[in-house]
Formats: sequence, C-alpha cells, structure tokens
Amino acid sequence: MCTTCGCGQGETKIEGQEQHDHDGHDHGYRPAHGRTVKLEQDILAKNNAYATQNRERFAAQGILALNLVSSPGSGKTTLLVKTIEALQGRQKLAVVEGDQQTSHDAERIRATGAPAVQINTGKGCHLDAHMVGHALEKLPLEKGGVLMIENVGNLVCPAAFDLGEAGKVVILSVTEGEDKPLKYPDMFRAARLMLVNKCDLLPYLQFDVDKAIAYARRVNPLIEVIRVSATTGEGMADWLAWIEKGAAAVRG
Amino acid sequence: MHEMSLVAGVRELIEDAAVREGFSRVKQVRVEIGQLSGVEREAFEFCFDLAMRGGVTDGAQLEVIATPGRGHCPACGRETALTVVYDPCEHCGAAPVAIIRGTEMRVIDLEVE
Repeated sequence: MCTTCGCGQGETKIEGQEQHDHDGHDHGYRPAHGRTVKLEQDILAKNNAYATQNRERFAAQGILALNLVSSPGSGKTTLLVKTIEALQGRQKLAVVEGDQQTSHDAERIRATGAPAVQINTGKGCHLDAHMVGHALEKLPLEKGGVLMIENVGNLVCPAAFDLGEAGKVVILSVTEGEDKPLKYPDMFRAARLMLVNKCDLLPYLQFDVDKAIAYARRVNPLIEVIRVSATTGEGMADWLAWIEKGAAAVRG
Repeated sequence: MHEMSLVAGVRELIEDAAVREGFSRVKQVRVEIGQLSGVEREAFEFCFDLAMRGGVTDGAQLEVIATPGRGHCPACGRETALTVVYDPCEHCGAAPVAIIRGTEMRVIDLEVE
C-alpha cells in the first residue's frame, strides 16, 4: 500500500477516476541496530485522519453527511430513492454509493436527478474515509446540502470506519430478525438513528417492533428510532423532518 | 472481514515509522486488541502474516495483547467486567455501563533492526 496517499494496489474503483501512478514517492530506509520503537498509535489512525479531512470539508460547506448502514437487502437504496424524490426542490442532495461490484445503485440514484458516485470496493467489505474523500472530488456538493453515503451492505465492518459523517443511520428491515441489535451490537452502538424499514409487511410477519427497539436501546440508550415504509410512505415525514432538522443544524 | 483492512493499516503505520525512525526490518509487532473492539483475533492473525509479506515488514512476528472489556457502572459506581458492550453491571445489574476499556486497536511498539 502506498504510504503517501494511502492508495492500495487493491480493487477499489471509483467512477470517473483514473488510476494514478505513484512516481516520486521515496521509501528510503536507513540501516539501524536492533531496538524497540514505541508507536502507541491507533490502527485506524490513517482512516481517522482522512475522516477528519472529510469532516472539515463538510463543516466548511455546511453539509450534513449521513452514513447509511445495514445488512444487504434492507431496502437502503429504495428508501434513498424515495427520500430524494420527496426532498426534491426542498433540499440539495448528493449520494456516494458503496458496493463490492456494479454501479446499479448509483444509476438508480442518478435516475432521480440527484448526483451520485459509485465506489466499488472489490473484495472490501466496507467504505473507508480515503475512498469517500476521492469520491467527493467527483461529486458536485452544494453548500448547505445533504450527502448520503450508502455503505456496503454489512452490519459488522462499517461500524469501525469513520467516514467523517455527522452520524450513522442504521436500517433494520422487519424481514430480518428483531434481535439483530444484540447480534451486531457495534453497529447499533455506533448509530444515531435506527430506521425500522418495510413496516408495511408487519401484518404478514412475526417481527416484534417493540422488542427490536428495546434491543437497540439496550445496546445504545440514546439511539433514535423511526418506523418507515419506503413502499407506502409510512413514517417518511418523520424521517424527512429528521434530515432537514440535521441539515439546518449543520448550516447553523 | 475488516481484519485485512486493519492489518493493512498496521503495515502503513510501520512503513511510516520506518521512514521516520530509520529501520529496515521489523522482527516483532506488539498490538493491543480490546475484546470489545469487534476484531476477530484469529482472522487478524491470519491476515497479518499475509499483509506483512515483502518489504520492511517481511517475516515480522505478531504479539497480540487482548485487553478484557471493563466498564464503570453509573448506578453503583463500581467497575465491572464486560464480555459484550451491553452487559449489565456484575454488582448491581444496572445497564448499560460506560465502557472504560476493551475497545482498543493499537500498535504498541515494534522490535526493529
């Protein structure tokens, strides 16, 4: 991995970005004797430094950045499409899409008219702050707007990687197990808001919403919860109000 | 499986330190991985061997210090053991408790030459 800009020789691809070469980096090690070197450094220090850069950029432009995380199949992209449609004319919105492969999701977002950049992580199971920083170079961000970062569908790894967002929004759909907050506590602990999605399907399922919320609060007593259905529009007004309140707070 | 990304991060820290401190080979890497950090130790060790191949880190040995989870109970004021982040206080049963240790993911030091 390149230690100057952090780019790996891995498989991450960002739409519209050419591979850049690493000529001119110097890795000249000098010989020395056997000894102990104290580091005392966080393993995520590099990621966190990139996250800080992203966060400063969002703050300077008054942008509310949200990191959307969930299992695969929770309905994140559909919810995002409906959210963008509902906020059209009210709120400037741009999207960073993370998936291992394909640009299907970014295409779905662009079909709404909102700008979107796809990041393909290859074998990577999460977005990191460095990838997002590069994606931002390709994305027209409006001052005072909202940036939605749809992370790779995965309830484990994205919990550890700060992207510079104002908050993580975890989406739990009612077709999943209601005990997911206990099974994947790190993610629910890291999230500010839980959206319980696909609530229109509740009459056909055994899913106990109150239990799911109680589990989430056991892990994270401060987590906010909104019940939504991207299909019927239930709860969407509350979700949109939550976004707009957050965006107004960031604009100051 | 973010362990591969984490060990790649370890390698980056080491390569930066090699330039800064002027060493050409790392014999041992000591890391602290808290038991509440969400890191799978076996996966981390497996990825470590792969990620250190070649360059200054080639052949480096790994020593993992697994820090147990500890919390401070706001209800009874005592310290308590945590095996998961939402464990109740072992003394009074209150939950949740404030985590004070166990989420660390740090490179402590390197034995180099």
